[in-house]
Order: sequence, then structure tokens, then C-alpha cells
Amino acid sequence: MRPARVQLLVTCLVDRFFPGTGESVVSVLERAGVAVTLPVGQTCCGQPAFNAGYDADSRALARHTIDVLSASDDPIVVPSGSCGDMVIHQYVAMLGDDPEYGPKARAIAARTYELTTFLTRVLGVTDVGATATGTLSYHACCHGLRGLGIDSEPKALLAGVRGATTCPLPEAEVCCGFGGLFAVKMADISGEMLQRKLDAIEACGADVVAVTDVSCGMHMAGGLRRRGSRVRVVHIADVLAGAAGPNAEPK
Amino acid sequence: MNPVDVPFYRRVEEALGKTRMRQAVRHTSGRAMESRRAAIAELDSSDAVRDQARAIRARTLSALDQHLDTFVTNVEKNGGTVFFAETGDDAVDYIRTLARERGVKTIVKGKSMVSEEIELNPVLEADGMEVVETDLGEFIVQLDNDKPSHIVAPILHKTKEDCARVFKEKLGATDEEVAGVPQMTQLARRVLRKAFLKADMGISGVNFGVAETGSICICTNEGNGRLSTSMPRIHVAMMGMERLVPTAADLGVMLEVLGRSGTGQRLTVYSNILSGPRRPGEPDGPEEFHVVIVDNGRSEVLAGELAEILYCIRCGACLYACPVYQTIGGHAYGSVYSGPVGSVLSPALAGIHAFHELPHASTLCGACKEVCPVRIDIPRMLLRLRAKGVEAGESPQWVSLGIKVLGWIGTRPRLFGLAGRVAARVAGMAATDGWIRELPAHLAGWTATRDFPAPAKESFQERWAKRQGRSSTDRSRS
Repeated sequence: MRPARVQLLVTCLVDRFFPGTGESVVSVLERAGVAVTLPVGQTCCGQPAFNAGYDADSRALARHTIDVLSASDDPIVVPSGSCGDMVIHQYVAMLGDDPEYGPKARAIAARTYELTTFLTRVLGVTDVGATATGTLSYHACCHGLRGLGIDSEPKALLAGVRGATTCPLPEAEVCCGFGGLFAVKMADISGEMLQRKLDAIEACGADVVAVTDVSCGMHMAGGLRRRGSRVRVVHIADVLAGAAGPNAEPK
Repeated sequence: MNPVDVPFYRRVEEALGKTRMRQAVRHTSGRAMESRRAAIAELDSSDAVRDQARAIRARTLSALDQHLDTFVTNVEKNGGTVFFAETGDDAVDYIRTLARERGVKTIVKGKSMVSEEIELNPVLEADGMEVVETDLGEFIVQLDNDKPSHIVAPILHKTKEDCARVFKEKLGATDEEVAGVPQMTQLARRVLRKAFLKADMGISGVNFGVAETGSICICTNEGNGRLSTSMPRIHVAMMGMERLVPTAADLGVMLEVLGRSGTGQRLTVYSNILSGPRRPGEPDGPEEFHVVIVDNGRSEVLAGELAEILYCIRCGACLYACPVYQTIGGHAYGSVYSGPVGSVLSPALAGIHAFHELPHASTLCGACKEVCPVRIDIPRMLLRLRAKGVEAGESPQWVSLGIKVLGWIGTRPRLFGLAGRVAARVAGMAATDGWIRELPAHLAGWTATRDFPAPAKESFQERWAKRQGRSSTDRSRS
């Protein structure tokens, strides 16, 4: 059944760093005929703590987010493959044995969708009425691609954008080198991986590269900016909403 | 198994400075991945075959003691001798004593990562024995006093020009003899042939031990494994404790995925199955056949939450697939086991203190898990090891502090919002057009090569609340 209303788990990065992208997500969902609510009290899903090996802290953040999302039975949409994987897979792995939070984690996992998956698989939409100019390409963020199996969904949505052409990104499935704390703790390695990705991006002929995660997006966008490149990396919601995207967003 | 002395960050720095090495690693890894893709695609249902291979490994390890018993009984029935080495030193001692007692002067070695793990060669050499590596890559590594950088392709980090230099320097080769790869291979064959003929002992690794037959299987592409194990009068096979399959039929499945995953071959060129020493009336084969089964920490791993890493069949695909490995090569890991599998195996075997950085040398991109022929969930284990590192006090203080703060404010939404506003205010002063060019202290690494976005003055939740006309809301917009 087509849901009339969803809860938005906006993610802490979109919330504080790319609020315009959050508005793009809302606009795309509403244009698709779905009402959006914003559960009160959302903070961080806990992934930074989880990835750094801090089990107690990541569990605390997971329980908090589970409580926030349990207030309603509506499906949950998250504009991130990475946080999506956290909610859909890792919460259950972390708290599966917890008598109180295990069942809640499983219930939430079952009704949480990454944005492009929700649009294409749940709503059955690939044309969200978006228009754009120039050439669009797509980089597959790792947790979305390998954690949630997302690849054809965002590509179908980009193909549905009117007025734009698309081009493939060589090595689209190779990690950009972000990896959360990795980009800071192993900044040298991360920086080299990024240069490889940016070389591919600049050579592929795209004006805009869309991603499903603003985390990897800001990594690549920050690298392109440092290079003085004209190519932009933006969240796919910004392309679909016809908005300017994270780079041009006045802060 | 000890890590090299140089600290991890220095090893990485050094590796990143070696442009030619990095080109070689990336080029060869790329080609290996292409071959793997093609070879795996040939299988009618590669996923099912990999599931089957995984099931065999799971079944073997869940009753490893029984399979080991069966294996030992059958090796002995075939006339072989088995030594179970609890530690690396036990294994080294056994082989050294055996070699001494038998008056061994020259040893030829097939490729064996376990022998690297327990650092066998230096001990035998210190005893005055000549030890000759006969795998072409290992031979060049040995000549150059280098270390293997990949579990399957030891000189992945070397170009053919590097190899030519080694042959000229160490073997006095002429320009003609190093004119190309075929010429260099011919030269190596001439040198190695002499060693094969005079060796008293051959030491090999084991790809798989077959419990039901007491056989060992050795996969090579050069035939050196066959010569090392059949020409000398004594053959010593070194086997990691977990490298068993219950039956010959299981071996078939494993060989199918090993060749395709590791080298993109349907089957390695030489897949030798050896069952004991020369029997009466047989024309060739060793007089003595010893199998040294090495535990060296494996029992402990098997009993813990990282047991799945022992499913590994050492194909090397996860190294090729890893974008971090492709960037820094194998030596930077500072362990005989490098790449994703090494980042789990090294701290699992030698302890988290020795290799606490390795589990962090990954973006958790999952490419390793994707290509693994037995579907080992390497990212999951890297996460477990990171947690072990935190427990062991190996996490930097600033990370601990940062995560504690996140955990504290992340469960207090109002505080979280306030912290965001303060961060935005502070960062705003350092930003131009919404981007920061230079971050301080521990975060400076980011801005060495990329700008960092400044947090927005007004968060999405704040904008939303404003639009709803109240401080916070969960009311639908429509």
C-alpha cells in the first residue's frame, strides 16, 4: 500500500551542514504526494561512535534514535545510505538481544527506507518531475551500494530528470576515501583516494555528480573546491528538487 | 608474528612517497580484479558456488578438532609424520631439529605464508643452512632482502625493471639475461634448477589438507611446488591449523573458487595432491613426509568472535579489491598478512596492541566482503577489533573525548541543537563562502587536501520549526 505520510530522519549532517538538502528531500517527497513529518528530538544515529568502536556510546545513541522514531508507526525515510544502513542493519546487530530495544529495532528496520529506494521501490516513481540542464553523473556511496544494495534506484531517478543528459562515472563503485573518522585519522591515505576519485569525476564530462550521502558528497565537493574545479557534487535530492545543491547554499 | 619497528604513520608516509611502487600495485590490482570478474562470471551461479564454499569452511571450523584428528590419522596411515606446533617457535624448533638431525645443508622452499608468519628462514640460515625460495616472486624478494607485499603475489610492488636490477646486482646478470620477463624467468630457472638438484629438504606451504584422505593440496603456477616437494629426500609441509577440508569433493569446490578469485584462473596451473612419502616400488617422491600443523594463536581466534576470519583461503582477492591497499601497497601494513584480511588476521593472531592501527586502515567500504570467495564479513570484524582497541586503551584521547561528547549531547536534543549553533558561530568566523580552508589540530589532515563545509547558522530542524510557527513540532506539513 502506498503510504500517505512518512517520518523524515534527516540525519545530523543534513540537519546542521546542508539544511537546504533537507528541504529538497521534503519537496521531492511532497511532490510525490507524500506528507512529511519530522520526529522531534532527532540528533545523530550513532554511526561515528559505532565506526570508531565505542560500543556503549553507539548503543546509547541508537536507543535514543529508536525512541525518537518509535513515536509513530509511519514509514521512515532517510536521505542517506550510510545512516540508512545503520538503522536498517546495525541497530538490530547491536541491540538484537536487548529485551526492550531488540523488538523496537527490528520494527524500525522493517519500515526504514533510504530516500531513492523509497521513491522507486515503495512509491514506484522514477519521474519526480525534476528538470535540470547539463550532464549528470552518479557516484555510488559505499554503504548504500554494498550495505543496502542501492544502485539502479538513484540511476533511474537521474535518468528521469528532464532536460539533462547522464554519463557514467568510471570506477563509480570505488570508495572516495571518506570513511568518517578515517578522513581525519588517516588523512594522507584518504586524500590520495580522493584524488583518484576526483580525477575520474573531472574526466567523465559531468557537470554535476549526484550522491546519496552528503558525507561522501562533502568530501568530494571539498576536494573539487580545493582544486578549483567547475564540477559539482550534490545530494541527489537537490538534483531531484531542482535546487542549487549544497555548494551554492548560502549559509 | 611481530610488527615491523617503524610506526604505522611513518610506513604510510614512506609508501605514499613511492610513486612507482604505487603505480605497480594499482596497475596489477586492477588487472587482477578484471581477471577475477571474468573468471567468476564464467560460473553458472557464482553466488551459489561461493555459498557452498562458505558452508564448507563453516562446517570444517565448527568441528575442526574432529577433522584434524581424522587428518592426522590418515597422514600417519599414509606413512607421514605429523607435528602439532602450538606456537611459531615450536614449529621452528621442530623443523630446525629435524634438519640438523638429518644433516640437511640445502633447503628449497615453495611459497608458504605460515613460514613467513613464524619467521622460519632466518633461524635455519643462522644454523648454516642454505635456504632457497623457489617461487619466482619469493626468490626475487629473498635476493633483494625484501618482504612479500601480497599473500599471493609477493612482488606485486615491484616493476619488471626493479626485478632486472635485482638480478643484475645479486646474480651478476647480463643485460641480455634481463632483457624481458621471459629472459629473467629463464635465468631464475637455471639458478633454481641447481638448488632443486642439490637440496636435501623441501619445505612447502599447504593450500588445503584433506581430512578423509590425509592428503595435502598445493597450488602453484610455476611448478616449483612440485619440484620442492618431490626432489629432496625430506618434505616438510607447513599448514595453518585451519586449512582443512573434510573431503576430496569439498576440495573440488574450494579449488574452483580459489583460482578464480585469486588469479582469475579456472584452476591454478599446478594443483598437486600429495599423500605421503614415496612408497616401495615408486620411482620418485621424498623418503620422509612431515606435516607441521601450526596453531600460533588460531585456537584462541577460533573460540572468539573473530573465528570467521579463519574461513580465509588466502586467495588475495580482498587485497586487490581494497582501495586502501591499492593506495599504500602491502608493506605499509607492517605484517606478513596485509590488506583487509591482514588487518583482521594480524591483530587477531598477535594481539591488538601490536597492530591496533590496522583495523582503522579501512573506510569500511565493503569491497573486500563483496569479492571474498567465502563471503567473510571483514568490515564487521574490523569494527569488532576497533572496539577491542578502545577497550585496550589504544584509541587516541581526542577521539575518545569527541565520542563521549557526541554520546552525551546526542541523547539530549536541546543540548545537541545548542552545540550545533555554537559550532556554526565559531566556524562561521573561519569560513569563506561557507567553506573552511584550514581546520585546527587533529582535524588539520582533512583540510590538507580538501575544504570543509561550515555548519549552517540555522539547522534544518530550526528552519522547520520556524516554518511550523512553533519551537518544535511533529505535525504534518500538509
